[in-house]
Amino acid sequence: MPFRIIVLAKQVPDTRNVGKDAMKADGTVNRAALPAIFNPEDLHALELALRIKDQINDAEIVVVSMGPGRAAEIIREAMYRGADRGVLVTDRKFAGSDTLATSYALSLAVKKLAPFNVLIAGRQAIDGDTAQVGPQTAEKLHIPQITYAEELVDVNSKQITIKRRLERGIEVVRSPLPVAITVHSSAPVCRPRNAILVMKFKHARTTTELQEETKDYTELRLYRPYLNIEEWSVEDIQAETEKLGLSGSPTKVKKIENVVLQRKESKAFTADDKDIDLLMQELMASHVIG
Amino acid sequence: MANYYTDNKNLRFHLEHPLMEKIVRLKEQNYIDKEKYDYAPLDYEDTIDSYDKVLEIVGEISGDIIGPNAESVDHDGPKIVNNEVVYAPGTQKNLEAIVNAGLFGMSLPREFGGLNFAMVPYVMAAEIVSRSDAGFANIWGLQDCAETIHEFASEEIKREFLPRFAKGATAAMDLTEPDAGSDLQAVQLKATWDEAAKVWRLNGVKRFITNGDAHVSLVLARSEEGTSDARGLSLFVYDRASQAMTVRRIENKLGIKGSPTCELVFNNAPAHLIGDRKMGLIKYVMSLMNSARLGVGAQSVGIAEAAYREAVKYAHEREQFGKAIVNYPAVYEMLTLMKVRTDAIRSLLYETARFVDVYKAYNIIAETRKLDADERNEAKSYQKLADVFTPLLKLFSSEYCNQIAYDSLQIHGGTGFMKDFPIERIYRDARITTIYEGTSQLQVVAAIRGVTSGLLLKVLRDYAGRNVHPEQEPLRRVLISMTDRYEQAVSFIEEFKDGEYTDFHARRLVELAGNIVMGYLLLDDCQRDDSFERTANIFITKVNAENLQHENYIKTFNPKELGEFKAVFEA
Repeated sequence: MPFRIIVLAKQVPDTRNVGKDAMKADGTVNRAALPAIFNPEDLHALELALRIKDQINDAEIVVVSMGPGRAAEIIREAMYRGADRGVLVTDRKFAGSDTLATSYALSLAVKKLAPFNVLIAGRQAIDGDTAQVGPQTAEKLHIPQITYAEELVDVNSKQITIKRRLERGIEVVRSPLPVAITVHSSAPVCRPRNAILVMKFKHARTTTELQEETKDYTELRLYRPYLNIEEWSVEDIQAETEKLGLSGSPTKVKKIENVVLQRKESKAFTADDKDIDLLMQELMASHVIG
Repeated sequence: MANYYTDNKNLRFHLEHPLMEKIVRLKEQNYIDKEKYDYAPLDYEDTIDSYDKVLEIVGEISGDIIGPNAESVDHDGPKIVNNEVVYAPGTQKNLEAIVNAGLFGMSLPREFGGLNFAMVPYVMAAEIVSRSDAGFANIWGLQDCAETIHEFASEEIKREFLPRFAKGATAAMDLTEPDAGSDLQAVQLKATWDEAAKVWRLNGVKRFITNGDAHVSLVLARSEEGTSDARGLSLFVYDRASQAMTVRRIENKLGIKGSPTCELVFNNAPAHLIGDRKMGLIKYVMSLMNSARLGVGAQSVGIAEAAYREAVKYAHEREQFGKAIVNYPAVYEMLTLMKVRTDAIRSLLYETARFVDVYKAYNIIAETRKLDADERNEAKSYQKLADVFTPLLKLFSSEYCNQIAYDSLQIHGGTGFMKDFPIERIYRDARITTIYEGTSQLQVVAAIRGVTSGLLLKVLRDYAGRNVHPEQEPLRRVLISMTDRYEQAVSFIEEFKDGEYTDFHARRLVELAGNIVMGYLLLDDCQRDDSFERTANIFITKVNAENLQHENYIKTFNPKELGEFKAVFEA
């Protein structure tokens, strides 16, 4: 039985390069105008998984993503960096899910992949910034969780030691396996795509993607099963429909506002020596300089 | 978030050249590897797609890691600690990324853990890496040495050394000595056979060795006692693990400061012979030098691209007399020439790489089966083309890249002279390209053979026979007339039958031919992409004027005045 590491990854709109048409008139995100990327902290999560795999013989990394069909892109992206296979949890019935419904669906997908040893996710996604999906999934699976992970200290087949990044310092914790870990952006950045892995996995496709391709290398898939990215629907993970989508999501968005930050108080200094001295004293007193 | 491959559409353009189909077919030998290796390509389209995707990784690492590290690497430089070289911290990070990405051993066959890439995509990777940091490109590019081991060493040495390259072993080629620079026949480092240990032993000093403390070094040494010329030299491979070589010093250089240039002392160092004795310089180093010159070509194009981009950016940002300086003819003329010259040397680079690709692929096929007569002839003619194009490339790309870096700094004005912008580093890095791996003057010595043998003239006449769009016919006519004039200039000089006089004009003759070659290559590029038409037009007009000037000098020069030249400084 291989040591199984599951990485939860999300494809998100690239909110770091926001153009003028990034938001629709009604204030919701215009996903079509933003390039879709691998959620940055999920890449840190993948790197942690790869480092665990580097230390454990016979470990495999399975990437699980929930999202629309095109999210298969990030599963390939993960394979290019060292993941062994991927599952795309995709169904129209998932649309509109909040963190509760999403973690319900993900926990069922993870159960289907059991037994597993480590479940890793990024701390939060840049489109929602809730940091709830990882912990909620762990709760539903009844396994311990380590949040804000920054560094792998040690791992073996029974337990894992992790350094956590907290607001005012660090904490080193040890947990038995299986465990869920969410990874902070201060953790090591993910290794680059590897040339050989890119060439090995570039033809990996979901069944839905294959239907749209002219040249699908069908024969190749027969003896290279890892080129098939599995697609799981609501039925596949045996979820109850009412716990998914809008009906399963108690979170209701009341209003979306475009917040413009305004200065609240300000001080004016003139450019003479006296005022500059005053400014220096003030900055030193508040430890901005000095 | 920069990608130095995808942000330059001309790279993909050269990757899709029609000759690539032939190159890939030869290189992949009917895609036989797909049964054995899960990453081998399935067909032509799939191969180009793999090249493209891997170059995208090279572009990303160059843009996001190597480029941003270049300034600190230039500042920190490598150090000697306990007789060993320690790279600058930025260099170490670059290496880690590039090794993790599997970008060492790109051109090695898959059986040795390589990617089996053709020269064209490999050279393209070198261009991209050089654009981000020319000094780092040396450390990465010395994987060429693996190619020499692959081509000439015994099966045993191949099995021992080649798989290490794909895992990130670095390499060095130890040729130069204090008294043997351009004249490598004077190499003194001694190799003696140790009968008891059944190894060769190296003793002596090497100087100016790029990346001298590499994991694997190819060492040119005198194996035949009592000889004093090239026939006494053999090539050896030395493994750093034997710890019998020390780094005496690292040179303090003008540019490419991240690349350690070492003085080495070999002390009874054990080494293996590569190929046959006495063939070291005559055969193996010549081959090694050819690929190194192709590498400097790629490096020069990368530096030129970097310098040009810095200049364009600055010229748009900088305002004087109420408008951006890019609007002044004195500035935009420089920018335009930088751009068209970069395009020209890039076309020359990939044309040369394609020639090398075809004959090398045939050489590899010849290891497993006998080539038929047609194949042998084709291999031979491509090798001849590669031999005459390689010095042309090295000469033009390095000289142009210096000119372009010079103009780019000029456009930056006083700011460019300060350490605040990347251009001062690029300018310093550019300077070595006309010197190492054979100076420009030595490239002329190599290229003039193509002039006197008539091969270059034949190449130019062949180019004239290619199809062009009717609207580009006037450009072709200019090139044909330039070729006629070149032919006249050559026979004008040959009539004197005076070696020194021919040598005196050699560079001019080589430049006449090279200018026309690049003109034709840009004209050829127009056939696949209209956007090259402007470039071709400006370039051909410019080099036509340059050639007229050369021709005029040749015609009006009185051979009797040759003596006056020396008299001027000896008086």
